[in-house]
Amino acid sequence: MTEPLPVLDVSHLSTHFATAKGVVRAVDDVSLRVQSGQILGLVGESGSGKSMTGFSILGLVDPPGKVVAGNVLFKGQNLLTMDPERLRQLRGDRIAMIFQDPMMTLNPVLRIETQMVETLQAHQSISRSLARTRAIEALADVGIPSPAERLSAYPHQFSGGMRQRVAIAIALLNRPDLVIADEPTTALDVTIQGQILALVQRLCRERQTSLIWITHDLSVIAGLADQVAVMYAGRIVESGPVQSVLAAPLHPYTEGLLGAIPALHERGEPLRAIPGATPSLASLPTGCAFADRCPRAFAQCSVPLGETEIAGDAGPRRTRCWLHSPVPAPMPTIQR
Amino acid sequence: MRKLLDAYSPHFADRLALFALLVLVVAALAAPLISPQNPYDLAQLNIADGRLPPGTHAGSDTATGPQHYWLGSDDQGRDMFSAILYGLRISLTVGLSSTLLALAFGLSLGLLAGYFGGWIDTAVMRIADIQLSFPAILIALVLLAVLGQGVGKIITALFAVQWAYYARTARSAALVERNKDYIAAARLLGLSTWRILFRHLLPNCLPPLIVVSALQVASAISLEATLSFLGIGLPITEPSLGLLISTGFQYLMVGDYWISFFPGIALVLLIVSINLVADRLRDVLNPRLQKQ
Amino acid sequence: MTDSPASASRSSPLVELRHISKLFVRSPDLAARVAQKLGAAVSTETVHAVDDVSLTIARGEIVGLVGESGCGKSTLGRLAVGLYAPTSGQRFWYGEETGGAPGKQTERLAIDELPASERQAIQIRMQMVFQDASASLNPRMRVGAAISEAPLAHGLIKRQDREDWLAQLMRRVGLDPSLAERYPHQFSGGQRARLGIARALAVQPEFIVCDEAVAALDVSIQAQIINLFMQLRADLGLTYLFISHDLGVVRHISDRVVVMYLGRIVEVASAADIFERRHHPYTRALIAELPSLSQRHRVYQPVQGEPPSPIHPPKGCHFHPRCPFARAECITERPALREIAPGHWSACVLEP
Ligand SMILES: Nc1ncnc2c1ncn2[C@@H]1O[C@H](COP(=O)(O)OP(=O)(O)OP(=O)(O)O)[C@@H](O)[C@H]1O
Ligand SMILES: Nc1ncnc2c1ncn2[C@@H]1O[C@H](COP(=O)(O)OP(=O)(O)OP(=O)(O)O)[C@@H](O)[C@H]1O
Ligand SMILES: [Mg+2]
Ligand SMILES: [Mg+2]
Repeated sequence: MTEPLPVLDVSHLSTHFATAKGVVRAVDDVSLRVQSGQILGLVGESGSGKSMTGFSILGLVDPPGKVVAGNVLFKGQNLLTMDPERLRQLRGDRIAMIFQDPMMTLNPVLRIETQMVETLQAHQSISRSLARTRAIEALADVGIPSPAERLSAYPHQFSGGMRQRVAIAIALLNRPDLVIADEPTTALDVTIQGQILALVQRLCRERQTSLIWITHDLSVIAGLADQVAVMYAGRIVESGPVQSVLAAPLHPYTEGLLGAIPALHERGEPLRAIPGATPSLASLPTGCAFADRCPRAFAQCSVPLGETEIAGDAGPRRTRCWLHSPVPAPMPTIQR
Repeated sequence: MRKLLDAYSPHFADRLALFALLVLVVAALAAPLISPQNPYDLAQLNIADGRLPPGTHAGSDTATGPQHYWLGSDDQGRDMFSAILYGLRISLTVGLSSTLLALAFGLSLGLLAGYFGGWIDTAVMRIADIQLSFPAILIALVLLAVLGQGVGKIITALFAVQWAYYARTARSAALVERNKDYIAAARLLGLSTWRILFRHLLPNCLPPLIVVSALQVASAISLEATLSFLGIGLPITEPSLGLLISTGFQYLMVGDYWISFFPGIALVLLIVSINLVADRLRDVLNPRLQKQ
Repeated sequence: MTDSPASASRSSPLVELRHISKLFVRSPDLAARVAQKLGAAVSTETVHAVDDVSLTIARGEIVGLVGESGCGKSTLGRLAVGLYAPTSGQRFWYGEETGGAPGKQTERLAIDELPASERQAIQIRMQMVFQDASASLNPRMRVGAAISEAPLAHGLIKRQDREDWLAQLMRRVGLDPSLAERYPHQFSGGQRARLGIARALAVQPEFIVCDEAVAALDVSIQAQIINLFMQLRADLGLTYLFISHDLGVVRHISDRVVVMYLGRIVEVASAADIFERRHHPYTRALIAELPSLSQRHRVYQPVQGEPPSPIHPPKGCHFHPRCPFARAECITERPALREIAPGHWSACVLEP
């Protein structure tokens, strides 16, 4: 059985920042794969490099940040070696990103009408009035009330959630094949969030759009995604089909994450946060970065390791943990 | 150093402009040391050495003795090379100091207007609008007619011409920044108004103004040259580049090109190199530019 | 205050908003003004962001504020700390009326109306964690300086203690102290959110409006921050207005929950009552959508009916166009908040 060519195939991607305090390894050896029409949920610790992974795929890393290794294949073309002009053409047309901070998409001094019409006209030859109509439809799609009137407003005149929805509308304007959505619904209440999720589900179903959905909301991942990847300290520590990962996590970090959800606690009692603090990305240990905080760490954990593939009921799973490594590694000589 | 240069620009033309600007500035600073003659000291001039063509060696009885007029001399017997160096000095002094004064003043007013709004805004912007609706040269002419001649006077005039421009730019930047939440947060934290204005608002409004002011130095210099060419501004005994060009103008017809030509070259070189460098500065100061 | 629907169960109100409203009027631009002069019907758009809301928050209380996106939660939060002057209504702090003469233009903040000395003394006791964390940090100031600026300016800490104090505060919100010399753009979204929290906590406030403060955090760090909030309440009696769309979080930490819909409060009750004995049809709709971890491959539904607009709010009960139980009277009359059970208020005509 051969898999169809994935829409996005990221392998061994690494993005580093050279800072005065050492090299910050924001993204470290990340591999991802998204099939056409599929939704990949990307979760993980705050500051673990989820957004930076998205930026790296789109070639939007600001200096001093630099993609230092890896390949990013979009429908077979390597985006990392592509001519910058062609990449710019692809961006906003075939590939779109919904930024975590909507103000990265929105220009504070332009009316959103201008911005939406320009986005449409940059990639399609359509008339101004048609572009305007499309813009109004797009705003209505994301649940903005009185879209025609709101079109002439400036970004700061919107509420936080409305800005987010306008950014979503702009990203989807040209009906891209791949959307990287970076925490697009953090400021939305559940009903409006449902509206957005319905919209993207329809896109994936009807137009075979592929989606990377970065979020902290595990219940959205549960309801929306097909596959999920969990990041910690710049690496993907676990990935696989949603149902298996959420039901029986392999990596202790995923376990800790699932245990911290408020719904699993008595009202008002202290929540079970994972003990300890995130390691500095500028001085990561050689082995597993989670070892210091892991309840099941053992001597082996200070030895560097790669990803292990494990068969699961719903499909193959991968993890980066010595607990699940099939080959027993040689006993280390140094005790932790 | 190498890194800094790379960050500035990889293009040869931009680097050449930076180099030219540095040479001109150093030459102007070191004018008293490197110029053969003090062109403003009438005792060192000999009218008999007037309008000598470039390269002449004249052994006249001035205080400094015989000398080589590499770029010729003007009608007063001034060594053109010395006169150009001193002229550069005046041009740069006038350009820089009038721009800095105007920047400081216009920026402060613009920030206050943008931040407080209300009558302060109305008052400042009305004055600026009125001023900007007249051609700069006209205002400078009127002011100099009233004030008289001298370096200080011309700086004042150029300051008066420029400040409104900064005030307007600063105000529009402040209007955008003022609505951002970091200003709201600063107010909520009970920080004093001065602190908010100068520690929070100012640094965020400054970058566009720095580029503008670098360009503005060039236009101040050319305005000064224009005024001098028209014969107002600086006294005839202390010619700036504009005045030298103007003096030479009357001799162009008889073929004594050098009195106008060499100062003209210096002036063009100065203005073009400032413009090119300022243009690069705009991109260097805005790292987010490449992203969009 | 017996007539205040949203009054706290406990005594000593810390913050009280009485019949407070906030309208945003979009002044027409030049083209529209010309068209108006020529007789065209150009309406000035008025957004009723907050519409006659009364709310009392007791000392040491955590009030959760939920509601649809764009319904005026942030605006209400800003009114509560005095960042907006109300269009009408009053604001009280420890029972005394403070700031914000009604009817002033939006540019003047309520806090500017106070004399300078009083402004400082009162102002730093109420803080806000802004929804948009990146916009709330000065892009040209190192984050360590931004956090310690106000405490230094107010003499809350000494300059020589700054380093230790800053490191401790940063660690409390889960940030590595070695990042203090960075600029805001060098942080991830969730790290910036925590910088905003640290800055608000730095001046030892008594009242904090947390506007989606934990929305950008992963659940483990979110748990750490929520534990911190609850511990500060237990130790120092901190009071919170906790704006969030995450009902799980709101249920966990709130004493009372306020539900807003299109600028108005539609239901107020203790956290337990809201989730178990919800009354208002909007609250019911909201909680029905409560996502859960166990549902796989849900089919999401778009919002039923036309989304409501604060520019043209419906007459009567704002929810009636989408309400399955709407009656004739709902279309014409604004239902008042009434107490349907002790401490449980709802603005709906339905029988409890
Ligand atoms: N310019 C920079 N210099 C140094 N480090 C940086 C820079 N920009 C980002 N980082 C670091 O890179 C890491 C990854 O950031 P990223 O924004 O990808 O995190 P994230 O997973 O999206 O987190 P969040 O959920 O909080 O948004 C962070 O720890 C951040 O501090
Ligand atoms: N400065 C402003 N000018 C004009 N309208 C505004 C302004 N600020 C807010 N509004 C409008 O007021 C309404 C309420 O906004 P607010 O930010 O309070 O909503 P919210 O409940 O916080 O929403 P969200 O959950 O999406 O953040 C919105 O319709 C918004 O467009
Ligand atoms: Mg992020
Ligand atoms: Mg809000």
